[in-house]
Amino acid sequence: MESGRPDEESNIALKEKIREDWKELREDLKEPQKTQLWKSVFRVKHERADPRTRALGVLTNVFLHLHPARVNRDAVRYSYTWGMGGITFYLFIVLTFTGVLLMFYYHPTKIQAFRDILFLEHDVPFGKLLRNMHRWAAHLMIITLWLHMFRVVLTGSYKKPREFNWCVGVILLVLTLLLSFTGYLLPDDQLGFWAVTVGTNMARATPLLGSEGPLGPQLGMTPFNDVRFALLGGSIVDANALLRAYIWHCIAIPLIAGVFMGVHFWRVRKDGGISGPAPVMLESEIKPVLRR
Amino acid sequence: MDWAQLWSIVSLPDNIPIVALAVLVPFYTWYGLRQAQATDRLITQLESNPSLAQTHHRKIYPFQPGWARELQVWPYLLRVEFLAAIIVTLVLMIWSITLNAPLEEPANPNHTMNPSKAPWYFVGLQEMLVYFDPWFAGVVLPTLIVVGLMVFPYIDTNPLGVGYYTIKQRLIPLLGFGVGFLLWILLIFIGTFVRGPGWMWFWPGQTWDHTRVMYEVNHNLSDLLRITNPWLGAIAGVAAIGLFYTVTGWGIHKLVTRTRFDRKIYGRTNLLQYLTFQFFAITILVGLPAKMLLRLLFNIKYVLITPWFNI
Repeated sequence: MESGRPDEESNIALKEKIREDWKELREDLKEPQKTQLWKSVFRVKHERADPRTRALGVLTNVFLHLHPARVNRDAVRYSYTWGMGGITFYLFIVLTFTGVLLMFYYHPTKIQAFRDILFLEHDVPFGKLLRNMHRWAAHLMIITLWLHMFRVVLTGSYKKPREFNWCVGVILLVLTLLLSFTGYLLPDDQLGFWAVTVGTNMARATPLLGSEGPLGPQLGMTPFNDVRFALLGGSIVDANALLRAYIWHCIAIPLIAGVFMGVHFWRVRKDGGISGPAPVMLESEIKPVLRR
Repeated sequence: MDWAQLWSIVSLPDNIPIVALAVLVPFYTWYGLRQAQATDRLITQLESNPSLAQTHHRKIYPFQPGWARELQVWPYLLRVEFLAAIIVTLVLMIWSITLNAPLEEPANPNHTMNPSKAPWYFVGLQEMLVYFDPWFAGVVLPTLIVVGLMVFPYIDTNPLGVGYYTIKQRLIPLLGFGVGFLLWILLIFIGTFVRGPGWMWFWPGQTWDHTRVMYEVNHNLSDLLRITNPWLGAIAGVAAIGLFYTVTGWGIHKLVTRTRFDRKIYGRTNLLQYLTFQFFAITILVGLPAKMLLRLLFNIKYVLITPWFNI
């Protein structure tokens, strides 16, 4: 019974400690931005809404750092940019997200592919919605991409110093169309099968590299070694074509497109931000051409 | 008028983007050109009043001396982006709930679909197959279109009109791009709404007749000229294409050197830039529609026939 007393004392001390910790915790909950946890995640204090904190908030955030800290006051107007480039990128993210989810339910084989789509539509919770969203986002992405391009032309934004970025954009256009096209075959239904058959039959006619193209046969091209054979992994649209379409669609083209997108966004910043709205230049202010 | 036929094409879920395009492209064209008109009025005003040009902020948007020229990205830009993301997500959700992605029977190589159409964004290419052989319509022409788009900034030597909507200062490039864009959309429309079974021409609203047989005799240019010798035929074909390039090139030259301002821009263009521009303008912007008209109106199939390729 001797040990009872010190125990009681230590109990009281412990209770006191817990009470104090609890009080501290409650203080922290009132101002979570002062905790170690918060500070380790967000490096910048957002105590005041001054320009410096706001700028740092953008610059120190990995997801926002492609933005400048400040933009031309008229650049945030919808009427100038139409927001189409940004929407195109957002749709790419939506497509990646829904695409990864779809990959969980899909096998790129002749036996399973079509059944997987039926399973997805009828048994997987929200499976139909998932597939619909992937399909329509892909279509929408092509529309917004064309409109983005249209806006860039109307505002002359492809001109010096942004010529190269326009070329990167054209490559992204081609990649987007290819992404859409490779995805078309994956349900392995009549629609995709015949669309891809028609599409790849054209490859047969590639000059020099196709078995039916100009000068192709003269160079030794046959249906079993030409460019169409390389695309399909065979001479007909079959299991290998399905697998190739799947790998191009889910891995190769998104990776390549990702790299080009990185370059595209980087160059927007490096070429001086978005092109405008810029002050108009008059004809009398054209400088003479400098001949090298 | 077979409304059911028309409706069955228009309401096909995969054709919704084309219907959307038919609304969005005119809207955004109007939206952009309206700002271009406002800018053009401002340009005219500033050109006639040099002292105003010294002090004006030179934009069509309101500005007052005390206002900051730049805004913080957070919150002024990010909130717009966030809002856009929400709206796009909502539109996409509603679209996906109301319309199902198409799924047909399992792939069957023994049962050819008729008509068997490419996805809508490639229907334009498929439609070009009517007018050219596959090596040209399916491979060379798409490559030329992509390369033509890429050289666009390098052949447009006009230093004006960067970063604002204007027609006055950039009529020629806008015309060039506009014709190309419209042509592309026109091809998609023909391929989607006009082409029926056997890729035959059915006017929108005309019933698709799967048993229809068209008696159509296609001629080659050499047949029309009553040339039987293949060598002479090929020479005639080359001559015809040469004549087409010369006449069209001359016409385009007249067009791009029409006004004093256009001649000034032309003066800044070097030979390589100008020839590249002419090549793409003649081949894609005029050549493609010209061949379409030859085929649709006069049933001319080939202009040039060689043992290796035909155009």
